[in-house]
Amino acid sequence: MGQIVLEQVTKSFGDVTVITPLDLTIDDGEFCVFVGPSGCGKSTLLRLIAGLEDVTSGEIRIDGQGVSTIPPAKRGLAMVFQSYALYPHMTVRKNIAFPLRMAGLDRAEQNRRVEKAAEVLNLTDYLDRRPGQLSGGQRQRVAIGRAIVREPAAFLFDEPLSNLDAALRVGMRLEISELHNRLGTTMIYVTHDQVEAMTMADKIVVLRAGHIEQVGSPLELYRAPRNLFVAGFIGSPKMNLIEGAEATKHDAMTIGIRPEHISISADEGRWSGVVGVSEHLGSDTFFHVQDTGLGDTVTVRAEGDVSFKHGDRVYLTPRDDMIHRFDAKGLRIG
Amino acid sequence: MSTKASRSAARLMLAPAVILLLGWMLVPLTMTLIFSFQRYLPLRGGFQGWVGFENYVRFVGSSAFWPAVQSTVIIVGGVLLITVVLGILLAILLDQPMWGQGMVRILVIAPFFVMPTVSGLVWKNMFMDPNNGLLSHLWRFFGADPVIWLSDASMLSIILIVSWQWLPFATLILLTAIQSLDSEQLEAAEMDGAPALSRFRHIILPHLSRAITIVILIQTIFLLAIFAEIFVTTQGSFGTRTLTYLIFQRVLESQNVGLGSAGGIYAVILANIFALFLMRIVGKNLDR
Ligand SMILES: Nc1ncnc2c1ncn2[C@@H]1O[C@H](COP(=O)(O)OP(=O)(O)OP(=O)(O)O)[C@@H](O)[C@H]1O
Ligand SMILES: [Mg+2]
Repeated sequence: MGQIVLEQVTKSFGDVTVITPLDLTIDDGEFCVFVGPSGCGKSTLLRLIAGLEDVTSGEIRIDGQGVSTIPPAKRGLAMVFQSYALYPHMTVRKNIAFPLRMAGLDRAEQNRRVEKAAEVLNLTDYLDRRPGQLSGGQRQRVAIGRAIVREPAAFLFDEPLSNLDAALRVGMRLEISELHNRLGTTMIYVTHDQVEAMTMADKIVVLRAGHIEQVGSPLELYRAPRNLFVAGFIGSPKMNLIEGAEATKHDAMTIGIRPEHISISADEGRWSGVVGVSEHLGSDTFFHVQDTGLGDTVTVRAEGDVSFKHGDRVYLTPRDDMIHRFDAKGLRIG
Repeated sequence: MSTKASRSAARLMLAPAVILLLGWMLVPLTMTLIFSFQRYLPLRGGFQGWVGFENYVRFVGSSAFWPAVQSTVIIVGGVLLITVVLGILLAILLDQPMWGQGMVRILVIAPFFVMPTVSGLVWKNMFMDPNNGLLSHLWRFFGADPVIWLSDASMLSIILIVSWQWLPFATLILLTAIQSLDSEQLEAAEMDGAPALSRFRHIILPHLSRAITIVILIQTIFLLAIFAEIFVTTQGSFGTRTLTYLIFQRVLESQNVGLGSAGGIYAVILANIFALFLMRIVGKNLDR
């Protein structure tokens, strides 16, 4: 069990309000990702749920029970910190066993659970090392191991992969998703990373300046961003946002079209422009097209290795059914 | 400092400092060594011939030697115990956010700025004086008979005075160590279900172990040589004659430089044994 409900939760540090009244429900077994720009309050929100900070007002319920007066250890949550926060003077075994030892489990049971966790996380060979003798990915796994042995109602991850290199991130991302599938435990996961958010989440919560901009599944956010902020934030490369005459044609203040929904051709199309920078990724190529008369540079994705050179004139055609329209307040129309 | 050229340049530039330091140490040490093998009585014409190890034998053979070693060890050990335990508590206290933190920290450090002679005199006259001392007033206020500190509890008095002086040092080092503890570790322990006392035992104390060994090491070396505090208070009577004080008495009061020098060499050996022993512990602690 691990349903987490936030009701009108706020948090201020002194007279700085970091979280404005916020409602959110995270269902049991859900993988919920918090994304948002730096400083928007993701970590703070996680720490409020964990109990490491007190809410200024509002109520947090875990499985229906208000937890305002319950200390962190008793909330049945486990947290994995960005810095891993392993205990440097203890071996991996002792690190993982620490919560069990604090819970007063007997030695044999501690060992049984530690070994089981180590097996799941491929740490069996490293049990007698200290954290200082492990690589970043291994430390990360120890931190996760320390969280899973407690069999918590929910896991809280604060940017757990941000200290790892790209290849390792992909690997760990899969491992965490795999873990979620196997344990079926609620997980709340904070990240900066688009790809992590899109690939891992059942539900994404987009935050800005302490309030929720939109909650939904990755595809909902991708298909129907509720406002300009979410439109610009979800998707990589960013959605092209176009204002002015072209937008007026669609009865909107701003229209948005994703790079993958524009086709590019050498001879005909609705808009014309000149190729600026092109990024070849092998599978895809991104062209940044200038001088289209639409304001900003327009980013276009072409599949495979299409070759237009810098300075070539090209023609662009957006898919009409994929155009997002926003009103003067930046809210989605239709 | 990895290429050959930069290493030899570094050596060259370090040389003057190293030579100066060596000279600083070696000259007095050598002179002490030389004197220790002589019969040298300044009031009776100075040098009176070489005597081999006679001074060494006499110094150890004197009835004052073993009691002096004992009181040295008791004073050093007592001060270490008090400063480390109170130092840890104070450091934890000072680490808490509170009003007037800067001021309190300066006040805590203040005793370290007071010269040993002055602090010895202040304690002797203002606190421990049997008639007018603050402590005797306190005792009388509660209806007790004032303690005659410096004679009845001489050892304790000296330990208190010296601890008062060295507590700031221990506190300061331990405070910086506590401040370097990653707060996420404590939060992780809190989430892992460790109550405050366990967090102290399993996280804070191991984190401090290095700083504690350093405090012990440095303090021991300085505490072996305390002198002024004893000189201005008990003058070595009532069982407070440490090794340092015994040497002083041999040289200045009995005017026997040779005998005193032999004692000095014993003190050097003792300090080195201590230092070696402690270095090994520190080494072990620094390794991980
Ligand atoms: N203890 C504190 N006292 C005062 N302000 C704080 C405190 N902790 C956080 N803040 C402020 O709260 C805001 C949100 O911080 P938070 O750490 O939650 O951001 P974040 O979304 O996790 O950012 P990042 O992605 O960079 O980690 C920031 O503006 C920060 O300055
Ligand atoms: Mg953060």
